[in-house]
Amino acid sequence: MSKSSDHWLVRPGTIRRLWQGFAIVLALTVLLQLAIKVKGYFVVDAWFGFGAAFGFLACVLMVVIAKLLGPLLKRSTDYYAGADDD
Amino acid sequence: MTELLPPAVVLIVAAALIGPLKGVLRTIVLFAAPLITLWMIWQVPDGANATVPFLDYRLEVVEGSAVRRLFATIFAIMVLIGGLFAYRTAKWWELAAAYAYAAGAIGVCFAGDLITLFLFWEFMALFSTVVVWCGGTPAARRAGIRYAIMHLLGGVILKVGIEGVVVHTGSVQIQPLLASNFDTWMILIGILVNTAAPPVSAWLADSYPESTPTGSVFLSAFTTKTAVLALILLFPGEPVLVGIGLYMVMYGIIYALLENDIRRILAYSVVNQVGFMVCAIGIGTEMAINGAAAHAFAHIIYKALLFMSAGVVVYRTGLNKCTELGGLFRTMPLTAVCGIIGALAISGFPLTSGFTTKTMISQAAANEGLAFVYLMLAAASAGVFLHAGIKFPWFVFFQKDSGLRPKDAPWNMGAAMLVFAALCILIGVFPEPFYRFLPYEVPYEAYSPGKVLFYLQLLLFSGLAFFWLLPLMKRTDTISLDTDWLWRVALARLATAAFDGLATVGAAIGRTRNSIVSAIGALARYGLGSERRPVDGERGFFARSWPIGLTALWIAVLLSTYVLIYYLA
Repeated sequence: MSKSSDHWLVRPGTIRRLWQGFAIVLALTVLLQLAIKVKGYFVVDAWFGFGAAFGFLACVLMVVIAKLLGPLLKRSTDYYAGADDD
Repeated sequence: MTELLPPAVVLIVAAALIGPLKGVLRTIVLFAAPLITLWMIWQVPDGANATVPFLDYRLEVVEGSAVRRLFATIFAIMVLIGGLFAYRTAKWWELAAAYAYAAGAIGVCFAGDLITLFLFWEFMALFSTVVVWCGGTPAARRAGIRYAIMHLLGGVILKVGIEGVVVHTGSVQIQPLLASNFDTWMILIGILVNTAAPPVSAWLADSYPESTPTGSVFLSAFTTKTAVLALILLFPGEPVLVGIGLYMVMYGIIYALLENDIRRILAYSVVNQVGFMVCAIGIGTEMAINGAAAHAFAHIIYKALLFMSAGVVVYRTGLNKCTELGGLFRTMPLTAVCGIIGALAISGFPLTSGFTTKTMISQAAANEGLAFVYLMLAAASAGVFLHAGIKFPWFVFFQKDSGLRPKDAPWNMGAAMLVFAALCILIGVFPEPFYRFLPYEVPYEAYSPGKVLFYLQLLLFSGLAFFWLLPLMKRTDTISLDTDWLWRVALARLATAAFDGLATVGAAIGRTRNSIVSAIGALARYGLGSERRPVDGERGFFARSWPIGLTALWIAVLLSTYVLIYYLA
């Protein structure tokens, strides 16, 4: 993967720059709230950086819930193979 | 009043012609039929336009309204572009079934009464099952049977409700109802089965991914969205739908996060997206209904685009699992770009159709002061970006280098994807012309700097969460259990146990019968002697010779007893 012959998009240098760019964009979206007023409907959603924090935490929560449900719900792909034979 | 021909007829005729016709003629039919249908749809004025007497009822086969034309339009567009995507690779019977299936959906759009609605509803169930079966594998055959059972069951429930309403109100009209009695509940449940509402959400992700790469494109469009239209027509503002919608939204996200099959991820996100619409119909204000209708329209386009993108990958590689795919952007740039546009649209990224339609639903929730619903929808928007917006393109086109170097999409598939990708962006950038076709005239400003900023924060930080939690998202080669476990496994086990139990009881009865038979035999042998006894052997008790004197004595005893009783009584 680290070979320079690989596609430019997957070279470590590119990925590092992508992360840097992403971090700048993330910071900008939050900082822009200083200049642009976000209209809140329920008080909290007008707080500074609410969208960012809420989006991030909601996703973390959903991933964790999915992860916890994993052992309960996940089965091997041939789980139904026997049950469905007709 | 002039009697209009139902627009669905054109596609039914086309479906019948696809088989017999070959070559160029078939291609002409494939493309002309949806175009003629589209033209006919826009000739349907508001109100009832064709009535047919049936028993004691007047069926209104073609009733027009803004929302009906809107849904029929996107269905016809779907047939046209889906046909373009499929016509070179799909078998003729799959195309015929898909066109008939679409005809059913368009028939439902213009159904002015419950009986017509039901007929087209079942028509859809029938031909969509055929589309699932066209997958051609044993798994597709079994999934198709489960799909058919579920939809026929839903149809029966719907029919029970319709009969009840007709008997108790005498009206077959389609008009807004509330789930207040048995009849209306049955209708609501019958429709909800088709939206993949709980507890039967599993049928969707069970069946769609088993169809062919082209079949799943058609399947993603019609069944759930006709059910959404039926809910808009019959149950606007039904409060129970809000909760059901929110459940579907979250269900779709969680299951899509656990899933490995790329088309199954998309199937779960159909449930998620339909959940937004169901929730909006439950809110029921003009803004919410507009949002549901607009979102359904936009959803069909970007979901079909996503299924096309996944379909091309399956078609080119024969693989359908995240664990087997990755790094395909190198040789499939067009499919990757179109898939990403679809993924951004489904996530409701600004400048895509998802943003200009889905935010209308959130706005409706905010206007009604529904804080919980609003925040749940916001969380779900973030979750959509997580499970479909990034997960799908990431695992298919980037992730690791799987070593696969498949060719990009064939020209017709590429063209179909480009048309839909363009529509996603067009509706996202210029929503105003599109808003004019919505059922209600409600002013809605899609883009305000504050709103764009809020959603950018929400979505981009979901993206951060995705890449931060990537180790937790590592795909495993598994399937996920769902409520259908209850009938696929528990019910099957229960049936096996019941049959085993019955067999045990049967065996016990058999044994008892045998012992009774042998006891009677023994008694008979005692009384009469064995039939196989030697000629000079001892006879049974009653078969022996007894002295005549003993007999005379017994007769005397009997007679004297009789005389005694006679005098005493």
